[in-house]
Amino acid sequence: MKPAPFTYHRARDVAGAIDLVAELGPDAKYIAGGQSLVAMMNFRLARPSHLVDLGGLWSELAHVRRDGDSVRIGALTTHHEVETAGLGLLSEAMEWIGHLPIRTRGTAGGSLAHGDATAEWCLLALLLDAEIIVQGPEGRRTIPAAELFLGFFTTTLEPEEIILEIVFPRSGRRAALTEFAERRGDFATVVAAVDLETSAVVLGGVAPAPVRVPEAEAVLASGGSFADCAEAAAAAIDPPGDANGSAEYRRVLTRTLVARACEEAQS
Amino acid sequence: MTERRGTWVGSSVGRREDPRLLTGQGRFVDDIHLPQMLHAQFVRSTIAAGTVVSIDLSATLAVPGVVAAYTAADLDMGDITAILDRPASEFVQTDMPVLARDRVRYVGEPLAIVLAEDPYAVEDGLEAARVTYDADAPVVSDEVAMAPGAPLVHEAATGNVLVDVSMFATEGIDRIIDEAPCVVRVRAKTGRQNALPLETRGVVASWDARDEQLLVQTCTQVPHQVRTVMAGCLGLAERSVRVLVPDMGGGFGLKCVVGREEIAVGAACLKAGRPVKWIEDRRDALTASFLAREQRYDVRAAFDGDGRLLALDADIVCDMGAYSCYPFTAGIEPLMASAELPGVYKVPAYRVRGRAVTTNKAPTAPYRGVSRPQIVMVMERLFERAARELDMDPVEIRRRNLITEFPYTGINDVTYDPGSYLESLDLCERVLKDEGWYERRGAARSSGRFIGIGYSCFSERTGYGSAAFAKRKMAVVPGFDMAEIRMDLSGGVTVTTGTMSHGQSHETTLAQIVADRLGLDIAEVKIHQGDTDRITYGFGTFASRSATIGGSAVARAATALGERLLALGAHLLETTYDNVELDARRVRRRDDGRALSFEELADVAYLKAHLLPKDAEPGLTASATFDVHGDGTFSNAAHGAVVELHPGTGQIEILRYVCVEDCGVAINPQVVEGQARGGIAQGIAGALFEEITYDEQGEPSCASFIDYKVPTAGEIPDISVHHLETPCAFTESGAKGAGEGGTIGAPAAVLNAVNDALRPTGVELDDTPIRPETVQRALATIGVFA
Ligand SMILES: Cc1cc2nc3c(=O)[nH]c(=O)nc-3n(C[C@H](O)[C@H](O)[C@H](O)COP(=O)(O)OP(=O)(O)OC[C@H]3O[C@@H](n4cnc5c(N)ncnc54)[C@H](O)[C@@H]3O)c2cc1C
Repeated sequence: MKPAPFTYHRARDVAGAIDLVAELGPDAKYIAGGQSLVAMMNFRLARPSHLVDLGGLWSELAHVRRDGDSVRIGALTTHHEVETAGLGLLSEAMEWIGHLPIRTRGTAGGSLAHGDATAEWCLLALLLDAEIIVQGPEGRRTIPAAELFLGFFTTTLEPEEIILEIVFPRSGRRAALTEFAERRGDFATVVAAVDLETSAVVLGGVAPAPVRVPEAEAVLASGGSFADCAEAAAAAIDPPGDANGSAEYRRVLTRTLVARACEEAQS
Repeated sequence: MTERRGTWVGSSVGRREDPRLLTGQGRFVDDIHLPQMLHAQFVRSTIAAGTVVSIDLSATLAVPGVVAAYTAADLDMGDITAILDRPASEFVQTDMPVLARDRVRYVGEPLAIVLAEDPYAVEDGLEAARVTYDADAPVVSDEVAMAPGAPLVHEAATGNVLVDVSMFATEGIDRIIDEAPCVVRVRAKTGRQNALPLETRGVVASWDARDEQLLVQTCTQVPHQVRTVMAGCLGLAERSVRVLVPDMGGGFGLKCVVGREEIAVGAACLKAGRPVKWIEDRRDALTASFLAREQRYDVRAAFDGDGRLLALDADIVCDMGAYSCYPFTAGIEPLMASAELPGVYKVPAYRVRGRAVTTNKAPTAPYRGVSRPQIVMVMERLFERAARELDMDPVEIRRRNLITEFPYTGINDVTYDPGSYLESLDLCERVLKDEGWYERRGAARSSGRFIGIGYSCFSERTGYGSAAFAKRKMAVVPGFDMAEIRMDLSGGVTVTTGTMSHGQSHETTLAQIVADRLGLDIAEVKIHQGDTDRITYGFGTFASRSATIGGSAVARAATALGERLLALGAHLLETTYDNVELDARRVRRRDDGRALSFEELADVAYLKAHLLPKDAEPGLTASATFDVHGDGTFSNAAHGAVVELHPGTGQIEILRYVCVEDCGVAINPQVVEGQARGGIAQGIAGALFEEITYDEQGEPSCASFIDYKVPTAGEIPDISVHHLETPCAFTESGAKGAGEGGTIGAPAAVLNAVNDALRPTGVELDDTPIRPETVQRALATIGVFA
């Protein structure tokens, strides 16, 4: 469980980091908190030849800025910094991520770029219609969260693109995220998030990427009950089965968690 | 017998190990760095069964930093052989080669050792190795193994059975069962687990030219047994191998057997002519070290109408994986289970068949409790089931069957020394009643919630002496232990013990025993363990033997030294032996109170030997051994668990956990509680979380803690521990072992609580681990969802 050989580079600024990765080619990768990437490297499931460390961009890319009900979060902000920033739903949801030592290193941008189907950041971004500001060799662009996640650990980010900032247009005052895992701190078997203001319902752990569930959203939008919404969500999905739970069990969890998220969002 | 409880014994003095361990000053194997040291890892089989066609290490050797790579053919090593003295019909020997030669028998089996300048290059080297196989169909379960025409894991083991014993067949047992008014049956399967010491295995081997010795620094529970196997496999004299054990981060049994990697590292060190370090990574630790606990039970129990047990008929199959471990053999689990199944209950008629089958999975080693978590679970399930059938209170039915008169010789030919079986169960029930859990359960049931209460009641044989292991017919009979003590000029003592603390804090508890015997402060007692050069012999630490056997040896050595001090003091104080006593680090005349301090006595013993009595030897040393001649001593406990099941997720929440334990005199109650709590956590892990499964190819399912669900502090409840004390009559301190009880009692208590909570559904669960999904499905049968 030691990584394959790689060369370490430390970026001084965003432009320099992008140039470096563009120059080093497809075997180069950014590293932020390392809480996903290093584990994959240790198993040699990822074997970048070059690592470009974004740690030096902290002053540029780690921040939490509030503007009315909207929030801008720098990509290098750690889960723990958000957890303690008093942001309501965003802060509360951080408690579900791993354990404290992981949260003090793992970053918002790293989590989105990694694109785990059960990652809290990915669900929150989808739920609250976040915009992901990224920069690449061709300059900046904005990716709506709905267009970020392609499938199993894949996103629409180009290899050279850096996530700079995540913009949440609203803080989710009547929203909640809840999940189930066998152990505290594990990635969820199923995670559900609901925003009653916008009638958004988002699930993780039921598809290769985090998904919105229009069938369940329709129930909320038309003033249906939470139970019906949960039922609709469970019926709409076609979840995978694995060692953490069969497809049928994931459907049960979906029903339970969507209902629970609705209740919590309301209170 | 000397007073058992003294200034130190019985008191929760702080662990002397803690200051160094808690400030990062412990020294573990991985903290050892030697000049010129190479780093080793193993090329391991990627298939579960087959023949090795070729091992090509040329690319490995070309990797920068790789220094050497050896296969079995390059290193001249004998096999590791573990034997039971039983006829071929009962035991089949399976020699374990240090590195596989031609056949591979599990995924992860070591094929070659690679040495490199750093731990990164060595893994690059592993990746470059090219092994080709001729794969066979693997045997991946006990059922496959015993099916007619199954492929053979070992040619010699017909039907893949390594151990097959039938014992205690009481005459007429079939008739008793046929005619009994109530017969219940439990069929249970328990998951394959890893003992999971926090510190994985590791070795640093180096040749000491001055001592002409292979120095093996390794984390083992059994230093002398590692020496024996190392010397045997490498063709060295025992004195040419020194095993030295640094601080250890747990063992739980996984380190009380000799690992093939340990031997390979020694051989590679000699061949390469440089020190070699191997630190097992977590993936190998999980899948390719030693596993345990995968067993299948089919047990029937017959009761009379009043709930009295009439007969027990058991068939036990243990999936021992690919090889027998040294020194215990593949018999360890089935022999333990077969001999001890009756447990704390009066069983008038008993029949058991115990088998060990071999499969293409990593081999097994003892794991804390060895089979007793399962047999207790099975017995306690039987009682619960009988209570349901007979409509009796589950605690009451146990009361009617518990052994209450001691010594008691059971149907299993085991004699139990006094314990508090009934008292511990009564107290455990009272605690839960007083705390209102029965009312809460009632209220929950009437409001559609699922709260259950479960108990387990058991004893644990500790202090297995030579006689007990000889009964098992082990070729290596680990029973006695040894201690040596010497007083220095400062009046303090250095004590050696053949036992080997791997976290149980013997440096504290053994010192407490010695300090009381001699009137010393524990700070003046230095305990030495884990050094085969310094310690004459020992069997290390397992089976809760250290306080009972090691502690008694240490106590006797201290007493013998005390006698020498008294004799010397009497001589120098010009009086008789009967007129002196030990008092506050002095030998004192009883009549006039004149006294000589330990320093003054040591001064004479070492520096003024001409003043000694004519026939006295200079110096202040003593030694002693201790063995248990009967069947050992039985600690006992009752556990009570309260769980709530959450319908929407199947989550099993443990609301309350109570343990009432009796380990005789608790040398250090805080250490005992620590053992109980840690053990219970591991028992809960087995009941609800941990399992390594294998797919049809024999590929293990767990490569990390993502998949192997070791519970965290978040899943383990607060545990309250209550003490009862039935002193052991024949150990020097009155202590019984306390190392394993927690692990033994927890699965049964938790399982019973889950089943109690499931009562409204009519579903009963006997297999472990119980996963939330299983609970959810059970609750769904009565239409409960959220
Ligand atoms: C035991 C454990 C439990 C965990 N549990 C959870 C959990 O419950 N929920 C959860 O969501 N996560 C969990 N995580 C993962 C954790 O949240 C990670 O921190 C996160 O997934 C990745 O963030 P990072 O900063 O560590 O990224 P890294 O590991 O450094 O990088 C991850 C990926 O993102 C890329 N990347 C990083 N930053 C950027 C950027 N600014 N722009 C473009 N690409 C970038 C990297 O190139 C890499 O591909 C857990 C991790 C561990 C070790």
